[in-house]
Amino acid sequence: MASGGKGRGRIAIVGAAESDALGKLPQKSALMLHAEGARNALGDAGIAPSEVDAVLSTGRQTANDVPEYLGIRPRYMDNTQMGGCSFIAHLQHALGLIEAGIAEVVLITHGESGRSRVGMGGTGFSPDSPPGQYEMPFGIGGPATRYGLAATRHMHEYGTTKRQLAWVAVATRDWASLNPRASMRDPITVQDVLDSRQVAWPFNLLDCCLVTDGGGALVVTSAERARDCRQKPVYVLGTGEATTHSIVSQMPRFHIWDAAITSGQGAWAMSGVKHSEIDLAMLYDAFTIVPIMALEALGFCGFGEGGAFVEGGRTGPGGDFPMNTNGGGLSYTHTGMYGMFLLIEAVRQLRGVCEGRQVPGAKTAICHGTGGIFSAAATAILSTER
Amino acid sequence: MSQSHYAAALPRPTPDSQPFWDALRQHELHLQRCQACGQAFFYPRNVCPHCLSSDLAWFRSSGRGRLHTFVIAYTAPRNPPLEVPYVIAMVELEEGPRLMTNLVGVEPDPKQIRCEMPVEIEFVDVTDEFTLPRFRPVA
Repeated sequence: MASGGKGRGRIAIVGAAESDALGKLPQKSALMLHAEGARNALGDAGIAPSEVDAVLSTGRQTANDVPEYLGIRPRYMDNTQMGGCSFIAHLQHALGLIEAGIAEVVLITHGESGRSRVGMGGTGFSPDSPPGQYEMPFGIGGPATRYGLAATRHMHEYGTTKRQLAWVAVATRDWASLNPRASMRDPITVQDVLDSRQVAWPFNLLDCCLVTDGGGALVVTSAERARDCRQKPVYVLGTGEATTHSIVSQMPRFHIWDAAITSGQGAWAMSGVKHSEIDLAMLYDAFTIVPIMALEALGFCGFGEGGAFVEGGRTGPGGDFPMNTNGGGLSYTHTGMYGMFLLIEAVRQLRGVCEGRQVPGAKTAICHGTGGIFSAAATAILSTER
Repeated sequence: MSQSHYAAALPRPTPDSQPFWDALRQHELHLQRCQACGQAFFYPRNVCPHCLSSDLAWFRSSGRGRLHTFVIAYTAPRNPPLEVPYVIAMVELEEGPRLMTNLVGVEPDPKQIRCEMPVEIEFVDVTDEFTLPRFRPVA
């Protein structure tokens, strides 16, 4: 690997865990799911709650709520809410904190009752907000009606087809079939995707992610401290984040994910890693178009080539480009802010504990997520070696 | 549509957007143009999103443009503005800015709708207080 930038290899993930269960959990509130993730991740790391000096978390609460629930009194809190990729961005924030000496042990938590809506508070946009004034009156519905605007334009610009979109769902389900914790494990075909219920053109049901309950957490510390931890460290080699808009109607280019270009450039530059060195890509798949536009924005293929890239299933088990090996938001779990699960799966793959779905010899992974509707992006490149 | 029974989402104007909604009520589409950098923009703001100047002026848009992209909603929010399925569209106006709207006057069928088709505005008085812009293909 090349030398990279200043932040390369300075911090490591030393604890990573999910809530006790994922799926449909009406007996768990969002805060309970945060807490299970935090407890399990600290246990995984072998670090006591009293050693945590920063809590980075987000959801519908203030920065004080998760620390209070956990009984942790941090001296730094971060509640950055940029959508599903927030936790990947928190990793970059943790890098800044640790490098500046503000914190040494950083706990990043996620908990969301996305399906059962327990302890989630109110939802929806105020009618005097920008989405309330400029989008809701036109019947914008769930995220499918928003992400679909990008997919339609991508199809127009590049000739991307619904069959190509469907290949993302098929390959991802094949990974899920190898993961006992995945929600949806029965293999599907391209035709199954095309025949599934129409949700919002150009998406059918199987183009859309699940809606589940779950949580997870990471424990992050300096590379020096990581050497003494229970788990083999997973080093953070590069990070990036960006935002270009908030509501989808303000998206600068509907066929290109501009925020992902910026966040990706940050992560590639800091890490010094080359595309050919990536063993595993964990690319947020809220809808089948999302990883396709990520592959392009991150430079794994040219703009307009993402559809052809995934066609035929090369991102599935046995393919030459392992992607979303947990089964993704499409088939594993998707709480609403799914980004935490990208990171947890990457850590597991780099630890080599993924059994039937293990990518042999995986050393370097890229995690990349969307926030809002292609509004924000965050990228992290992780490795077993500094 | 019975105006008194309109149940779909309505905006609540803010000081920056009030002139926009007031103009729609008069069946005119008004946008802002920055007097410092010359760029037209939407949605309404008190600063230019291109250069942050507050030297802004309203102007009347032609209401003509092209369909930039769209979705067809088969599953609607609780009170949709139109019967399902309906088309949610991004229109790029002649003056440059894009806005979200509904495309009407065409079958909600992906074979009948293409990006870049020319469209023009129509004004729909959905209540006594609010008029929404919708667009239809140019005949």
